[in-house]
Amino acid sequence: MTMRIDLPEETLAGVLAKALGNRSFLIGLVITLLIVAVALVSFLWTPYDVTRLVIADKTQAPSLVHWFGTDHFGRDILSMIMVGARNSIAVALVAVGIGMGIGVPLGAFAAARGGMTDEALMRVNDLVFAFPALLSAIMITAIFGPGAVNAIIAIGIFNIPVFARVARAGALAIWPREFILAARAAGKGATQITVEHVLPNIATLLLVQGTIQFALGILAEAGLSYVGLGAQPPMPSWGRMLFDAQTRMVTTPWMAIFPGMAIVITVLGLNLLGDGIADILDPKSRRQR
Amino acid sequence: MSLLEIENLSLTIGGTPILKGVELAIAPGEVVGLVGESGSGKSITALTIMRLLPHLARAEGRVAFDGIDILGATEDQMCALRGDDIGMVFQEPMTALNPVKTIGEQVAEGIRWHTKAGRAEAEERARKILDRVGLPEAKFPLSRYPHELSGGQRQRVVIAIACALKPKLLIADEPTTALDVVLQAQILDLLRDLVSENRMGLLLISHDLAVVTEMADRLTILRHGEVTEAGDTARTLSEQQHPYTRELALASMHVPARPKPHLAGSARPLLEVEGVGRDYPGRRISLFRPAQPIRAVDDVSLTIEPAQSVALVGRSGCGKSTLARMILALDKPTAGTIRFRGEAITGKPEAELKPARRDMQVVFQDPYGSFDPRQKVEKLVAEPLHLLEKQPAKAERREMVAHALNEVGLGPRDMDKYPHEFSGGQRQRLSIARAIITRPKLVVADEPVSALDVSIRAQILDLFAELNQKLGIAYLFITHDLTVARAMADEVLVMHEGKIVERGRAADVLDHPRSEAAQALVAAAPDLHRAIARRMQEQG
Repeated sequence: MTMRIDLPEETLAGVLAKALGNRSFLIGLVITLLIVAVALVSFLWTPYDVTRLVIADKTQAPSLVHWFGTDHFGRDILSMIMVGARNSIAVALVAVGIGMGIGVPLGAFAAARGGMTDEALMRVNDLVFAFPALLSAIMITAIFGPGAVNAIIAIGIFNIPVFARVARAGALAIWPREFILAARAAGKGATQITVEHVLPNIATLLLVQGTIQFALGILAEAGLSYVGLGAQPPMPSWGRMLFDAQTRMVTTPWMAIFPGMAIVITVLGLNLLGDGIADILDPKSRRQR
Repeated sequence: MSLLEIENLSLTIGGTPILKGVELAIAPGEVVGLVGESGSGKSITALTIMRLLPHLARAEGRVAFDGIDILGATEDQMCALRGDDIGMVFQEPMTALNPVKTIGEQVAEGIRWHTKAGRAEAEERARKILDRVGLPEAKFPLSRYPHELSGGQRQRVVIAIACALKPKLLIADEPTTALDVVLQAQILDLLRDLVSENRMGLLLISHDLAVVTEMADRLTILRHGEVTEAGDTARTLSEQQHPYTRELALASMHVPARPKPHLAGSARPLLEVEGVGRDYPGRRISLFRPAQPIRAVDDVSLTIEPAQSVALVGRSGCGKSTLARMILALDKPTAGTIRFRGEAITGKPEAELKPARRDMQVVFQDPYGSFDPRQKVEKLVAEPLHLLEKQPAKAERREMVAHALNEVGLGPRDMDKYPHEFSGGQRQRLSIARAIITRPKLVVADEPVSALDVSIRAQILDLFAELNQKLGIAYLFITHDLTVARAMADEVLVMHEGKIVERGRAADVLDHPRSEAAQALVAAAPDLHRAIARRMQEQG
């Protein structure tokens, strides 16, 4: 049965029209922009100074004065979340970038070459994978010194095998397809086929993995901060706030709830955004909605 | 009394009408054929009988099976019916079985569920039915996994599952479409025997008129969700009262007009294949003995002359496609040489193959899998232009694509669409447009029409013939379908277990096959003329 439905042209305007019609993309975009805006605003203004300890105000419940309450040093939690957003987002984003930037080409290359090259690359990959990420991150930061930059590098390195594996698995499923054979019959080499045919077809997979790794990146950063190797105090980070709250869950639940919510909302927003982009980029999805 | 009665069945999916007033009846022991092209509603009719419809489907009318009102039955009642009184055989034996369960488990599963039999008893019954469908204990123990069986054997397992509980009605939805002609004949024989043994009703769904004619007592022809004609098979097809029936019959016997068949022996050969072989590493038997290589293609030689059309026929797995890939320089032979336009292409690096690739293109079987779903037609059809010495400018490229599309009967407007916006037949046209855009001398077509409906198939065959006349393209058709070989080829090569066992003029080979392999193919190939004649004879 032939379906004849007039479709918007695949121009910039067409993509925009599609984007505006996609609910999960819009919601995701709004949330993500909001978080980024909060992070940016924190450079200029926060309700309270996060480096000032006011012991007299410690562990106050949320009120009109301190919307999200205060922590055990009397710092304003709303202000800390705002400043922490910068740190968490920057670390997780750059770490995902490193992972994708190196891992995807590596995986795609392994899938394209096959044979011994593939074996060798993937075994090295497994080796990196086999180390507990946090432990190795501790090692790296122990050697090069603690701090946000080293945390980013450490988390980024452990994103590489994840993306390499996903890219390789996705590419392996694309390679035996007939349109690849057709491209080879047209004389195209492995690199060109990878760029033109394989990567666009696994982009959705990578985007979804990207949002997952972003969430894990935020958690990893939290873990590193907890052992004192991430962002250095007094610079607040969401992870550090969570771990500080850990032992006070019963007496001062707001110390855990608000940073926790911040992480949940950020991850949710990014997931929606990722799903939305995947939908918009898929030519078949234009039929629906 | 009828076993199954469908009266005035109408069905909509999300508001779109799919079936309109379908009528169908099957008596015990009767074979009814349901014929129609893709999208005509054949499979939906079958799913309605099983009540396995998609969520948004709304059905009206009456479907009665053995006195039970199917449309009004509860889900529990349906669960009891499915697999017990109504069995179903699907088209694709590769996906109809669960790859992680043994065949014994899969056959016994239904028996245990419906009869509450114990494991031992169910396995014994599974054993019996597998024996019955031609998978004897000695060679096919219950512990086999689907991947250890061939396509035909898998389809036998699917039939065993469907028939294990001696259903009153068996629904077979294109049961042999994915199989080669020899296997098809075997599976059809098996179904026929099972029907007469158990007095089952059989609803045989197919797009192949010849298959249905050979099997069915009565047939119903469906088009756009409506029954156009129904009745006794022989009478319906010999009288062809409805124009659509005639159209279908004509299309399935269609032979494109080819004014001057190419005479061999005049010019220098375009393609020469000499003693080509291809081994694949086999499975290691033990740690110390090296693996025996599997010989997919064994010492094959052939020549194709300019503008000549050659068909390579053979059963699935005989090495046809492997040979095609080597000719296209997509796979390397382990022995022999291939020369294209007098130049050896074996063992050349990719960069030096460019001129040869330009003159040698390919059309694949599956019109769905042969296009990157994420690219637009313009880019897809233009892909081989990559082989030109001088890359055309954007405007020129669009011009060339438009021209190629025009030659295959599509418009320049189609350039900015994605492949999923086209029907199967249109996609095959796109595939041909892509193949001819560089004006090649040779096109290798791997089962180019076997996934298409008969009327579309006729059009595509015409297109091939026309391009052969107009552009002087030589063809290598790879097919298990002898009607394609007969319709299109000057010369036929028969391949069997990696070797070419017979060659000659198309009519000679197909009318008087000498080798055993060719005889088996010819005998098994369904033929509408023959089938109708036999039906008429049976009825006197």
